[in-house]
Amino acid sequence: MNDKSSEQTQDAPSSTMKMDVSAVLGDKTKTGGEALSSCIDIESLNLFYSKDKQALIDINLTIPKQRVTAFIGPSGCGKSSLLRCFNRMNDLVDDCVIEGLVSLDGRDIYQKSVDVADLRRRVGMVFQKPNPFPKSIYENVAYGLRIQGINSKRVLDEAVEESLSAAALWDEVKDRLNDSALGLSGGQQQRLVIARTIAVEPEVLLLDEPASALDPISTLKIEELINELKTDYTIVIVTHNMQQAARVSDFTAFMYMGNMVEFDSTNSIFTNPRQKQTEDYITGRYG
Amino acid sequence: MNPQVESHGDHISKQFNSELEDVKNQLLEMGGAVEQQLADALVSMTSADTSIAADVLVQEDVIDAMEIKIDEECNLILARRQPAASDLRLVLTIIKTVRDLERIGDESSKIARMAIKLAEEGDYHEGMVEFRHLGDRVARMVNLTLDAFARYDVKSALEIAHDDLVVDNEYGSAMRSLITYMMEDPRSISRMLNLLWALRALERIGDHAKNISEHVIYLVKGLDVRHAPLANIADQILESD
Repeated sequence: MNDKSSEQTQDAPSSTMKMDVSAVLGDKTKTGGEALSSCIDIESLNLFYSKDKQALIDINLTIPKQRVTAFIGPSGCGKSSLLRCFNRMNDLVDDCVIEGLVSLDGRDIYQKSVDVADLRRRVGMVFQKPNPFPKSIYENVAYGLRIQGINSKRVLDEAVEESLSAAALWDEVKDRLNDSALGLSGGQQQRLVIARTIAVEPEVLLLDEPASALDPISTLKIEELINELKTDYTIVIVTHNMQQAARVSDFTAFMYMGNMVEFDSTNSIFTNPRQKQTEDYITGRYG
Repeated sequence: MNPQVESHGDHISKQFNSELEDVKNQLLEMGGAVEQQLADALVSMTSADTSIAADVLVQEDVIDAMEIKIDEECNLILARRQPAASDLRLVLTIIKTVRDLERIGDESSKIARMAIKLAEEGDYHEGMVEFRHLGDRVARMVNLTLDAFARYDVKSALEIAHDDLVVDNEYGSAMRSLITYMMEDPRSISRMLNLLWALRALERIGDHAKNISEHVIYLVKGLDVRHAPLANIADQILESD
């Protein structure tokens, strides 16, 4: 992913990050006055794509429950790699070695006893390009439930309507549920994919650049959706669009060269970041 | 911990660099013009020179025009660049500072108007020592505060906030002196009241200079220190280092 990462470790004060994270999440002025419980805990996480390609370097982070956490950073800094650790998508990559601890609700998700399919139901993921199945709108949303063995039409109908409504798509598609999903616009397809993800009632939504292929209006709809979904789900979003991170997230983590440089409330990151690297990145000074 | 703001260059977009640099320079230019206004107003008062006072009143329009132009450019930067972090703080600081500078200009005009009135009433010297003393101190504050802005100097900004307390004290004692003059010679009351207005204007200028120094602390440190006791401000600044 990037081969310079190991030389750059001294740049980022990642050893102090762990203390920072608990300080941030414990600071009521930064959490909107509420005590936050943790959803995903990451401890001393290292990820190698091969022996000399280390993509993540000693990451320590806590993702708070029912909040939106954004990962920002330049291309190749490890945002997506980190996101993919949360539902073991990196298992699919050959030679990928992961060290350290990732726990969801206190349980290590890399233990042998963990059912990966169930983990991915609990931790849903949406990608940059909308990827609906070449099926009807209805079947796309019902798919996850069907493979869980649910076939009752009444249950499926209800789940499809609920998920499409939650994804703010119901009103636009309710009269054509049996049309092919591929006939929807890009923004609608992306919301359909989100509906498909939340139909199986996950706890966490991982969004990897969910709006970068969409026009500004569809982007705003997705952002509005993220805001509505955070009351029920823990959301982690990777985005290249810093203004988007500023608009939708409660907490922001800035990554650079595989290091977690800074984690703080989004308000602090965008008005008064503590690290110079963060400041340089969000103000457009990286050359 | 806090990354110190040293300059607003080095953006990938050179255009953005020059936009920020340009608006900052315009603000400093306006600061210079306002300083000149204040100096002229003080001279017009202490030497009863109505022609300088008239110049001050004419010059006020120029300053108002500068305020509008700088505000406009800040609007454009906000709309087109969506600045973040220190860039955002710079634009916000400029927007606020421009207001305070314009007010300092207004207060200088008030002094010039009082100078004209006093000159029309004939010779005077009571209260002038107090006025000159306070005027010099306030002019120095304005000068230092602009300097602190230009150099992102938090330490001297903090000193200016301190100076404002001294100005407030001196204003109080000057007022007591004027009351004494009025009691001694009731014929001087109308003159003394005019002088009182001018002193009041100086005191307000001190407040605006203090505001600007608080903006500088916000710009450099990201700390909002308005309405905080001085001792706390110093602690907060130390903490953030």
